[in-house]
Amino acid sequence: MIESMTSIIDAPSTSSGGHRDPGTSAAVAEHARPRPHEVRLDTVGRSFPAPGGRQVVLREVDLSVVPGEIVAVVGPSGCGKSTLLRLIAGLDRPSAGEIRIGDSPLRGTDPRTAVAFQEPRLLPWRTLEHNVALGLPRGTGKRAGRERVRELLQLVGLEHAATQRPREVSGGMAQRASLARALARSPEVLLLDEPFGALDALTRLRMQDLLLEIHAAEPTTVLVVTHDVEEALYLADRVLLLRSLREDPTSGSIARTVEVPGVRPRDRADRSLADLRVELLAGLGVHSPSTPTASAPTPSAPSASTPTEIPS
Amino acid sequence: MSIPTDIPLPTSTGPAEPETAPSAARPAGPRTLWDRIGVRLAAGAVLPLLILIAWQITTAAELVPAYRLPGPLTVLQAGAELLERGELGLHIAISVQRVLIGFAVGSVVGLAVAAIVGLSRAGDALLNPTLAALRAVPSLAWVPLLILWLQIGEESKITLIAIGAFFPVFTTVAAALRHIDPHLVEAGRCFGLRGWSLFRTIQLPAVVPSVVSGLRLALAQAWLFLVAAELIASSMGLGFILNDSQQTGRVDRILLAIVLLALLGTVTNALLGLAEKKLLRRWT
Repeated sequence: MIESMTSIIDAPSTSSGGHRDPGTSAAVAEHARPRPHEVRLDTVGRSFPAPGGRQVVLREVDLSVVPGEIVAVVGPSGCGKSTLLRLIAGLDRPSAGEIRIGDSPLRGTDPRTAVAFQEPRLLPWRTLEHNVALGLPRGTGKRAGRERVRELLQLVGLEHAATQRPREVSGGMAQRASLARALARSPEVLLLDEPFGALDALTRLRMQDLLLEIHAAEPTTVLVVTHDVEEALYLADRVLLLRSLREDPTSGSIARTVEVPGVRPRDRADRSLADLRVELLAGLGVHSPSTPTASAPTPSAPSASTPTEIPS
Repeated sequence: MSIPTDIPLPTSTGPAEPETAPSAARPAGPRTLWDRIGVRLAAGAVLPLLILIAWQITTAAELVPAYRLPGPLTVLQAGAELLERGELGLHIAISVQRVLIGFAVGSVVGLAVAAIVGLSRAGDALLNPTLAALRAVPSLAWVPLLILWLQIGEESKITLIAIGAFFPVFTTVAAALRHIDPHLVEAGRCFGLRGWSLFRTIQLPAVVPSVVSGLRLALAQAWLFLVAAELIASSMGLGFILNDSQQTGRVDRILLAIVLLALLGTVTNALLGLAEKKLLRRWT
């Protein structure tokens, strides 16, 4: 259902206004939904003018994200993880290097990418459904758009709140609406900037599961910036650890890349992940008092106040 | 007499939502006696009635000579007499027409210039100093120039009123546009909104409350400038009644014109207030 809906939306709107019957929509979908492309970053750097010369925030970032992959970006505050995301979103331009989606270099914001921010950033004067509709691709027909919005609201469990305003709903609901808005254009690349950072511990865990459900239903490429190592290991296929260039002004930004073993959905209590967690935390300058295995946090209490959070 | 314009409406949040955030609660405190519409209407009428009574007593007891302060009934008779001759309706109509046209022109231009100044840094740098200087020019200073340029016709008066209506709209809306949450604008850009569509979808709706309050200020200013325009050179309108009656010593008509200006200003403001309330309920 979702697949077919997506394809209708994705179909080029040359016959806009016309009425497509369901028989032809499948045929349209065949060539209309292109295979998601690879995201490539080639020696991408970003520096900002500062009083004492230019301050380098990102240096020599080489990255290739395969379609459907979930990559988490972690790092200490000020390491440029949000900058990296903004570059891929086209909200900012790299000072060096190039970003490509598929074969085409990225120039400005791209209809193939969608962003959800740490704050929901919903328009307060619009209902949730109209906020979600903002994310629809240009030229979506009225009826198709309404259908798609209803489906997305169902996907994030907000169908009962469709006509409510952002100020009338909780932070978790607003964040889900924001996620639905990002999904509305069926993006090839979904960019999430600490999407659950402002939520309470329990809501955050629910949202992580929701994200994985959505990813299973519509397998897009996901790049998620987070400050929570545990979240990164739970969600991602690969974790990218960035270093702060303020402390290490000569090396490249990527300190290391960690392949997360196992398949999703992962067990939050997985022991092997506990070792990885300690490793990553060490990379972030948070050292465990004793050996990794002994110091693994008790998995039965997966709360947001786990020691895995990087103090920021 | 006066129509209250800011009665808090009954909150329109439907049945309680289990997941509704506590911050969604309206800030309004508990409803008291003073929040009721009837009570507010009555309370607003208390002072005008007291003034009316005091006025009647003073004139009936002849504490002030009638050529200085005629009684309320005399003023009413003056109004009735003008009405019978068909003049009062004409004077009111022409004044209302001038205010409405001037207000409309001034606010539309004000909105357009506010968009330029509020949204582009170049526009701000180029236009703002000049506009600030123009705003400092007192309204009456324009009159001789406008009369020379546009003659003593409708154009000069409507232009003056438009100048008066322009600045409140321009100032409030330009400031509001400059202070739109940049996060919202960025989110809009992310979803492919540019230029006009960004303005229409995000920037304009975000400043609707400021637009409305700017419009209300502009309307009050339009009435102010109307009298300035009509006092100086006109053969019709409420300002003309004021000026003409001053020369013929008709204090009753002067008072009549003042009361009419108060009423008209209040009524138009109240109408705009109703529109504002509707808009804001939809918008926030």
